[in-house]
Amino acid sequence: MHIVVCIKQVPDSREIRIDPNTNTLVRQGVPAIVNYYDLHGLEEALRFKDTVGARVTVISMGPPSAEKSLRQCIAMGADEAVLVSDRAFAGADTLATSYVVALTIEKVAQEFGIVDLVFCGKQTLDGDTGQVGPGVACRLDYDQLTYVEKVVALDEKNHTITVHRHLEDGVEVVQTKLPALITVLTELNKPRRASLPGVLKAAQYKPVVWSTNDFANIDRSKIGLKGSPTIVSKTWVPEPRKVNTEMIDGPSPEAIAADVTKRLWSSEAASRLGWA
Amino acid sequence: MATERFDAVVVGGGPAGSAAAYTMAKAGLKVVLIERGEFPGAKNIFGGVIYRKQLEDIIPEFWKEAPLERQVIEQRMWILGDQSAVTLSHRNEAFKEPNNCWTGLRVKFDQWFASKAEQAGSLNIYETVVTELLRENGKVVGVRTDRDEGDLYAEVVVVADGVNSLLGKALGVHREWQPNEVSLAVKEVIAMPKEKIMDRFNLEGNEGVTTEFVGNTMGMAGLGFLYTNQDTLSFGVGVMVSDLKKKHVKPYELLEGVKQHPMLRRLLQGGETKEYAAHLIPEGGFHSIPPLSGDGWVICGDAAQLVNFVHREGTNLAMTSGRFAAEAIIEAHEHGDFSRAGLAGYDRRVRESFVHKDLKKYKGLHNFLRDSDPTLMFDKLPQALNEAAYQMLLVDGVTKSEKQRMAMRGVTEATGGLMSLIKLGARGWRAMNG
Repeated sequence: MHIVVCIKQVPDSREIRIDPNTNTLVRQGVPAIVNYYDLHGLEEALRFKDTVGARVTVISMGPPSAEKSLRQCIAMGADEAVLVSDRAFAGADTLATSYVVALTIEKVAQEFGIVDLVFCGKQTLDGDTGQVGPGVACRLDYDQLTYVEKVVALDEKNHTITVHRHLEDGVEVVQTKLPALITVLTELNKPRRASLPGVLKAAQYKPVVWSTNDFANIDRSKIGLKGSPTIVSKTWVPEPRKVNTEMIDGPSPEAIAADVTKRLWSSEAASRLGWA
Repeated sequence: MATERFDAVVVGGGPAGSAAAYTMAKAGLKVVLIERGEFPGAKNIFGGVIYRKQLEDIIPEFWKEAPLERQVIEQRMWILGDQSAVTLSHRNEAFKEPNNCWTGLRVKFDQWFASKAEQAGSLNIYETVVTELLRENGKVVGVRTDRDEGDLYAEVVVVADGVNSLLGKALGVHREWQPNEVSLAVKEVIAMPKEKIMDRFNLEGNEGVTTEFVGNTMGMAGLGFLYTNQDTLSFGVGVMVSDLKKKHVKPYELLEGVKQHPMLRRLLQGGETKEYAAHLIPEGGFHSIPPLSGDGWVICGDAAQLVNFVHREGTNLAMTSGRFAAEAIIEAHEHGDFSRAGLAGYDRRVRESFVHKDLKKYKGLHNFLRDSDPTLMFDKLPQALNEAAYQMLLVDGVTKSEKQRMAMRGVTEATGGLMSLIKLGARGWRAMNG
């Protein structure tokens, strides 16, 4: 069993700011983390490593600095990590990205062994599209199982997987033949904390790095900005909603509470609800 | 358990730890550096002066690549009254070549310094807490971390885990802090456009100014600082924890109060507070320095109390002690002897250097300050000095000789008479020149 996990290094969304002049994300000084949906995919793969001895290869497309995120995956227990990095890939939308990721998975299959299963996060924190995973599945002609919240069974003999898909109106229990691509939700599991031997291994680990030249049959018109038909026509920051706030002060907590209660009872909302 | 055995484990990714890891890794030793924060510097604050000499001894020409803010060409000392200040400052172009010191921000600086250690070959691991020391037959043989399979064995453990050294306590060279041995520094990083900083502080290009001030700290023993960075100001106050306790003052109240002083208000106006942080600083001085080494361990930096609070030097003592520890360990490695005797080269180096000698010079100061009334030293005297300056400079028809008498009287009265003032001066001098 060989599992590929796709990860992306993203700016930590808890610390994201938007430049008011350009309406784009301020990336400078924002810590980079592994897109946390992806970590749940990695955790599920590592559980199969623990239980059935699966091999786990982590891949990412991104700048050289994404090495840090791949090392974090190695620390958690992944066997190998591949970084696909080239200036020519910059500016890619989901179409161009899924093209390169699919090529990478094919190359991983050639060099590290046949791929049975691919895990992706449901979406990324910075892009929020949820399109790359399904795009990769289409290109590889794998069955795709999106929004997976539970893996019920992985049957090695019959080469099938059974999962719960979390949909808006309920849960769908589905089974499919491998190879398959799965996009996961955070409900799936709780990512582990790396062990000490893991972090020591990661501190010494150098990921495999591939550039465009490492892909023999790459179609250069399909990568980077050139291969991206998406046009961003306009971006804007929504006006913050105006809220009327009032500070209620008083000599004691009791007095403040009494004042607040009185105002609530005499408010328009209270009379509308028929309380007063 | 990690099966690999290392030459040295360094606990703490601050300046002491990084200096030690860098120096040892460069000499070819197998080193692991363990930091509890998300990255080095994540848990640190400091006012932010980085001196050339001590870091240059470790990394020559570091200023060409280190993340430094501004080169300090002027140092100001202010003695604050309620609404006034007596100032003393020195600006000199000679501070540029060679450079004496820079302002810096530790979050950036510590990351850079630790990355230098990593490039030299140290294995740096983060978000990992060392919970205890591993011992065999009384000798320290490694550390236990909070991760799974978390034991790590090494010939020597470099303890550089900072002011509240948990490992120092485990070694028995630390007891719990007394409130009169540590100060609490509260600090803000205040963002301000570069041009505004340069105008307000009279700067060109990359020049910077440091300001230290006493007085106006609500009668508590302490020191304030204001440093210019590229497009931020580092502003803070450190006061003895015992005084905060006695006066029932919250640290941020103190900081907000000091900000309102007319000298500071004008400089800080229009800035936006980006960060607020607080940190303990060891102030115990010479007498509280613990034994620096033992069988299988050495202790450096704040964890070893190596802070010269008179000259606000902590980072460079930390770096130097880290380098000394590393050099001693390299010798011990050559001789294959990591016992207390084998590591004694560290104690010797510290003893023979400015680190020990500077701290020794001020060894009486801690007791002097402890025994004297903080309201006198940090409130009444600064006030009296300001009043004296005011009287001398105010032209109101009173004769100059009468003015001089009034000024002197104000200062002597604050201390309780001329004899008390002379005694205080003499004791103070002795404390500063032990």
